[in-house]
Amino acid sequence: MRFFPKATRLFALTIVATTLLAGCVSRPQPLYYWGDYQSQVYGHFKGEKGPEEQIQALEQVREEARAQGRSVPPGLQAHLAMLYGQTGRSERLVENLEAEKKQFPESSTFMDFLLKKFSR
Amino acid sequence: MKQILSIKWLALLLASMLLGGCATPAKYDYSSFRESRPASILVLPPLNSSPDVNATYSMLSQTTLPLAESGYYVFPVTLVDETFKQNGMTMPADIHQLPGDKLREIFGADAALYIDVKQYGTTYAVVMSETRVTAEGRLVDLRSGKKLWEGSATASSNEGNNNSGGLVGMLVKAVISQIVDTLSNRGHAIAGMTSYRLLAAGRPNGILYGPRSPLYLKEGSPTP
Repeated sequence: MRFFPKATRLFALTIVATTLLAGCVSRPQPLYYWGDYQSQVYGHFKGEKGPEEQIQALEQVREEARAQGRSVPPGLQAHLAMLYGQTGRSERLVENLEAEKKQFPESSTFMDFLLKKFSR
Repeated sequence: MKQILSIKWLALLLASMLLGGCATPAKYDYSSFRESRPASILVLPPLNSSPDVNATYSMLSQTTLPLAESGYYVFPVTLVDETFKQNGMTMPADIHQLPGDKLREIFGADAALYIDVKQYGTTYAVVMSETRVTAEGRLVDLRSGKKLWEGSATASSNEGNNNSGGLVGMLVKAVISQIVDTLSNRGHAIAGMTSYRLLAAGRPNGILYGPRSPLYLKEGSPTP
């Protein structure tokens, strides 16, 4: 039973324990902070939620994400842009389309298509 | 005697081959997917082959989460739908017929996802009614026109709470739990489960992880 001296065993145990604990701490978290974005989208499609109600809910999601240092999901800011457009606030519309484009360069072609349409 | 023995061995060999077949189900051929490696996905409004008119938008509104958490940019489904409508396209069947290069031109998407909701609704029975949602999906590269992946999934209210699901599964569950459980909403909650099973990466024969996932290009490792 005396393969290793006691100090070595203790040291090994410490390393194992630390690794296990580190595994717990660095557990992966979702890529995005979702809030109730998905159900807002459904409410929008069903016509159950008006633009103002959605704007309030989604601005809150964005605020919560910011407070936690997390990212908002793809499409959230673009959807917000559309809602601002529907309520006649074109400045905020452009602002949010630009925000989506900045966060996700993959959206550039579509965002530019929309920006061109609205700036006319 | 010798002959009987060899027959025995043959039977054993056959049995093990059969069982071997059970253990390893046919693997999906990902060669086109690996070649294409799309970064962005355009989800088209799903076809609805069920009698419930809610199926299309119930499914569409729940596709972003599993795909985005798998590492893809997902085009804003509401704005995409609005864009089609403003161009006179209101029927998913018509939208699914649009040429890929036209979609690529407007949206700049790497790939398009075509979903068909096969089953959506509740069958009523005396003892226990069941709500089931079944859907098929097909991912097509808009740059080459090649089919990258296809699959299908189903979920039922009678399953109980036995799926493990990993990180995204837990997230989906949390989102679904926000849905108020009324009879009319039950289909929507089950559709969320179906969408997750169909579209989350890291599932058997499912889609591969996208560039924004830390698991991108690390397929084969189990879901976190």
